[in-house]
Amino acid sequence: MIELTIDKKKVRVEKGTTILKAARQAGIEIPTLCHYELCDMGIENKPGGCRICVVEVEGRRNLAPSCITEAQDGMVIHTHSIRVLNARKTVLRLIISDHPFDCLVCAKSGHCDLQDLAVQFGIRSQPYVGEQSRYRKDTSPSIIRDVDKCIMCRRCEMICNEVQSVGALAAVNRGFMSVVAPAFEMNLEDSPCTYCGQCVSVCPTGALTEKDHTIEIIRALSNPSKTVVVQTAPAVRAALGEEFGMPAGTLVTGKMVSALRELGFDYVFDTDFSADLTIMEEGTELLQRVRGYLEGDSNVRLPILTSCCPGWVNFFEHNYPDLLDVPSTAKSPQQMFGAIAKSYFAEKIGVKRNDMIVVSVMPCLAKKYECQRDEFKVGGNPDVDYSISTRELASFIKQANIDFLELPDGEFDDPLGESTGAAVIFGNTGGVIEAACRTAYELYTGKKLEKVDFHELRGMDGIRSATIDFNGLELNIGIAHGLRNARKLLDEVREGKSKFHAIEVMACPGGCVGGAGQPFNHGDSGVLGKRAAALYAADQEMPIRKSHENPSIIKLYEEFLGEPGSELAHKLLHTEYFAKSNEVTIHLQG
Amino acid sequence: MSQKVIITPEAFEYMEKVTGTDGVEVRVNLPKEIIEQINEICDSFDNDPGELINVLHEAQNRFGYLPAEVQDMVAHNLHIPVAQVYGVVTFYSYFSMIPKGEHPISICVGTACYVRGAERVLEEFIKELGIKVGETTPDGRFSINCLRCVGACGLAPVVLVGDKVYGRVSPDGVKQIIAEYSS
Repeated sequence: MIELTIDKKKVRVEKGTTILKAARQAGIEIPTLCHYELCDMGIENKPGGCRICVVEVEGRRNLAPSCITEAQDGMVIHTHSIRVLNARKTVLRLIISDHPFDCLVCAKSGHCDLQDLAVQFGIRSQPYVGEQSRYRKDTSPSIIRDVDKCIMCRRCEMICNEVQSVGALAAVNRGFMSVVAPAFEMNLEDSPCTYCGQCVSVCPTGALTEKDHTIEIIRALSNPSKTVVVQTAPAVRAALGEEFGMPAGTLVTGKMVSALRELGFDYVFDTDFSADLTIMEEGTELLQRVRGYLEGDSNVRLPILTSCCPGWVNFFEHNYPDLLDVPSTAKSPQQMFGAIAKSYFAEKIGVKRNDMIVVSVMPCLAKKYECQRDEFKVGGNPDVDYSISTRELASFIKQANIDFLELPDGEFDDPLGESTGAAVIFGNTGGVIEAACRTAYELYTGKKLEKVDFHELRGMDGIRSATIDFNGLELNIGIAHGLRNARKLLDEVREGKSKFHAIEVMACPGGCVGGAGQPFNHGDSGVLGKRAAALYAADQEMPIRKSHENPSIIKLYEEFLGEPGSELAHKLLHTEYFAKSNEVTIHLQG
Repeated sequence: MSQKVIITPEAFEYMEKVTGTDGVEVRVNLPKEIIEQINEICDSFDNDPGELINVLHEAQNRFGYLPAEVQDMVAHNLHIPVAQVYGVVTFYSYFSMIPKGEHPISICVGTACYVRGAERVLEEFIKELGIKVGETTPDGRFSINCLRCVGACGLAPVVLVGDKVYGRVSPDGVKQIIAEYSS
């Protein structure tokens, strides 16, 4: 332990602690910009580039960047002397001098760390005027890169490389010309980007934002000839309240349903319904594959991988084109919902496919890409027309002048609004495989599950495993969230060393509760645990907690699909995967 | 000294499955012999990601420049994202993605040469060849680069064409230097 003095306070910290962290321990908050910490993963982005966090160290000539300067025994530090405050202001003004002045209309306005600092430091004038770096805007189906707004904090590079191991982004070029970009400055769409969107969730400015579809939805809602159907993903209800000042982990299912109805959606349905449907199809496939494997069928490959997460699907299509037969062929709940809404439900209410618009509210940005994939279209008409994020829905509710906090609790419409506790935990890492186990256990053993909760599958560790006893059949289950963790399990599968029968993967840390479409958490990853707890609590309160007991699902099979894995089920609810080549297509110049 | 290999535009017509140093097959738009050369270079540095700059140095020595396909192969062998390789290539001015001309012209703009009029010499080369610094003439014969001090300050301003050193070059002498290589 060493002892130092920060703002006249004595602080004792471990040797090797940075000044920033030592100050935090003493309850002194030093402003930061490029610094970002993912506490539960032990990953810290500290390029020491922005210099907002400088402090004065007595006896040292220059100001010290506190995020990368180690605290020393006996140091005397001032975190808000005049010299420090002036330096921070100058640094901030220099950063702003190469930043567009369109705050009022910026997609990040109100959530921008740079804007917040400008407010905090009372920046009212801009003495530094000069050339600004200019770069083209890069628009992909999910993410928009506008690097004119990039301040080179490199948080996106950290999360894309360290956390996700995707490696789509790196700092390129030098000095004034430097930007964060994919290799050869190709478009994100041509890069190995998975659209997990985690870069968007850590970007401090408007350099990385989601592609907003609110306007298209407003157009659809105001077109009387269209029947507009909305579905909401499990994780949205556990986070939407945060956008209205409610504490993290507040479940707002009822208010969310009322808000959607007020916005004018004709039917307010639940992706939880199709999550139950996913379990029916994926659970059946799991059992079929395990049975085939046990009977020695050489065509059956194990483990089976979940396929609900579109970021994860993109990841294995890019990186494991040799393993495309390993994931379940079941579509994601979003796409299953669209396929059923535009067939079974459209028929039921007598609406033509082309007159129905299906909107999804997702905690996710990869869903935007997923819904426009060609294999999810019929005659060019997509099963899901638009996918908006939790943040976009919150903004939409605010635009419509709806007082969210005062809304009464509404109920989902029938029949695609009925769901079970198994579906609502889809939003948590481990939730999909837990839901699958609940159903697969009863289908396999023919016995009633005594304890519905599989606590051994829960938690926030990046890679988890458990053995579930199916009445004598021991199934090894693996769980990974965050794509670097998924890569480890996939490499084992590729090498033939995997001990698992089934693996659940979610691209985002924490699963969908930590999705890139969720309210920004500004580095406070503790909110993920609170959202997860809210979903487990919602599960507890559901009268039915197993997917195969959902009456609307049972009816759907009776009236329409036949049985899980039937020909029609395969046509509507299953998909195939495509190898995405990462080969370089830029040719020799000249 | 390694053997010089020039990657011609024709080389990029190939598209084949080749094996990287890790035994994994990849499709790269390069002929097999070039892939083998890249594998050899990467192997000589134990495919260590920490040796990226050295690998790129050696690759540029052999091929004269670092086209996207070469960077892709290096990234594959070193198990790092190609975006990172591109980041390094674009950070250091020594690395180039444009093939150098048959006769690369380097103008020293170090302090001594600069004060003795290197800038005017450079301008004359730019005017005569119709290309900018870092570019190559459309016929592939000449390219212009700047460098800082070749240790021949007594001869300032200094120009190199390939390995040949020209001292006390004046703007008037530029035409004559180009003419030497233009037959």
